[in-house]
Amino acid sequence: MTITDSVRSALEQAPALDKVESHLHPTGSFDVADHTVPTGREEIWRFTPLKRLRGLHADAEFMPSATSCTWNTPEGVRIEGVSGDEARALRGISGLVPNTRWAARVLAEVPASLLVDVPADTEVAEPIVVDLDGKDVTVTEAGHVALRFGRHSRAVVVLNHTGSSSVAAVVEVVVGDGADVTVVSIQDWADDAVHLAHHQARVGRDATYRHAAISFGGDLVRMDANVTYDGPGGSAELLGLYFADAGQHIEHRIFADHTAPRTKSNAIYKGALQGEKAHTVWVGNVLIRKVAEGIETYEENRNLVLTDGCQADSIPNLEIETGEIEGAGHASATARFDDNQLFYLQSRGVSEQEAQRLVVHGFFNDLIRKVGVPSIEERLLSTVEAELAKNVLKDTTSGAGA
Amino acid sequence: MSKLVITDLHVTVDTEDGPKEILKGVDLTINDGETHAIMGPNGSGKSTLAYSIAGHPKYTITGGSVTLDGQDVLSLSVDERARAGLFLAMQYPVEVPGVSVANFLRTAKTAIDGEAPKLRTWVKDVNGALERLNLDATFSSRSVNENFSGGEKKRHEIAQLELLDPKVAVLDETDSGLDIDALKVVSEGVNRFRRREGKGVLLITHYTRILRYIEPDHVHVFVDGKVAESGGKELADELEANGYDKYLKAATA
Repeated sequence: MTITDSVRSALEQAPALDKVESHLHPTGSFDVADHTVPTGREEIWRFTPLKRLRGLHADAEFMPSATSCTWNTPEGVRIEGVSGDEARALRGISGLVPNTRWAARVLAEVPASLLVDVPADTEVAEPIVVDLDGKDVTVTEAGHVALRFGRHSRAVVVLNHTGSSSVAAVVEVVVGDGADVTVVSIQDWADDAVHLAHHQARVGRDATYRHAAISFGGDLVRMDANVTYDGPGGSAELLGLYFADAGQHIEHRIFADHTAPRTKSNAIYKGALQGEKAHTVWVGNVLIRKVAEGIETYEENRNLVLTDGCQADSIPNLEIETGEIEGAGHASATARFDDNQLFYLQSRGVSEQEAQRLVVHGFFNDLIRKVGVPSIEERLLSTVEAELAKNVLKDTTSGAGA
Repeated sequence: MSKLVITDLHVTVDTEDGPKEILKGVDLTINDGETHAIMGPNGSGKSTLAYSIAGHPKYTITGGSVTLDGQDVLSLSVDERARAGLFLAMQYPVEVPGVSVANFLRTAKTAIDGEAPKLRTWVKDVNGALERLNLDATFSSRSVNENFSGGEKKRHEIAQLELLDPKVAVLDETDSGLDIDALKVVSEGVNRFRRREGKGVLLITHYTRILRYIEPDHVHVFVDGKVAESGGKELADELEANGYDKYLKAATA
């Protein structure tokens, strides 16, 4: 178990009430006027290049959508765009009370919501895939998605982002008691896309929630993946895989807020960076509230830096208000290729580039398997391959034996 | 044919106090089909010799030559050396997380041969090699060296030796950390390799124990970065009885 000094001091200073003084959970508000436009100096914005957000974080107009949105509808599932009162009723169903201006605006201003409704006791065999294909990057737009999984249901939802878009999106997830749910969000954008996302999940009693954030494309992607718990025994696995190229900013933040006893969170984010000014950010926030006795949490971030000129920021942040826990730990590592690994592979006749390719594949492989959606595994592996072709494998066209 | 010739090899390693010479003029010839044992105390430079032959970037060659069948080995990259027919069984094989043994072996075999192995015979070859080294069928789906026991790592090295079929194998303390059963299994693997036509073996070890199972044609005592004495296998018996003391005294005198 790892408890850092900052955690200990947080422990000592913990106030008696369940009111936590921390930047992790400022008091939220649905009222847009309660939120100022960020300047970039705020703790939660300090890594994000606001200038590249096309005003989405501030007051950019939410224009009529230029994104095509299609989906499959497996039996027993209701998926449709809803508006009016029905849409309004979905705002905040995950327990989200916005702590940013943009999220408050999305909840207040976006007229419609995409609702995915999986009834109680329904097991959906095939993944529900929602394809979001951006058609016009000059259109600033916003979206609200509600994923509602009934008690003891079992389903996989894939949000597949492609094309060019400037979008602010709030995804709210309700995982019913005993449900087993996987939500995968793939950011396979074109180079010019800007994507600001907040995924908020409320995990029911004894439920299992798996969230996978997979970011390859886009000029700027920032995603907050947050979890709270509705009752004891809930478990959340927060997975992330990202690959940043020259000039790209990919920022992933998680927040596992242990609001109930005997809950679990396990976060693993792995990233690779290549090219000038490739920048990734990972902020792993975990809060263990006073009530959350007997919980278990572990978070890990690993970055593989493939070329010069990249920057990977990695900040695990664990705050503990009760010592009565099963375990809490974190790990963070950012490194270049391990010379000994490459030497070992090369000493078996494998060329340097092929050795690098093997190492990167290996780096991501177990994570891809953890996502547990076989139909997208192949695609993720080939996307990793395509990313590698941009740098590591650039000169292999004449390779012997290829 | 396989003839490895090491001539007046000098090697340094970078330290905080500048380069430090580890190999101080090594001369050694391994003729076609011969097995040579190199024995020496800790810190004598045995492993440096192994890694220098294989081309580890940590070591700088400052003089001398290494040739394999007349080809200059030192001018080749690490992978080119392997493709030329050199194999190094490592004392501490390196973990490669997420890369399965099956994938690793197939990739290596493809690189060495310049073409992918025939699928049907290859699967049989791999399973056979693993089985002969007492590695069970699930072994090939595990990540390379990750969570392997010490014995499994060494047996995996020898399975590679059998499958990749180099001209000359350098075995760096392959016997260290093995219990007697694992030592026998590993030795049998090396002996199967030796029975193939014209294979050379350079067996680096601290202990004489493994020489009971792998009988060398020549034994060299390695002290202070060079060969201090060479002889037949009786030299190993003498080392067993008397240790390295007399050589160490001579080196510091």
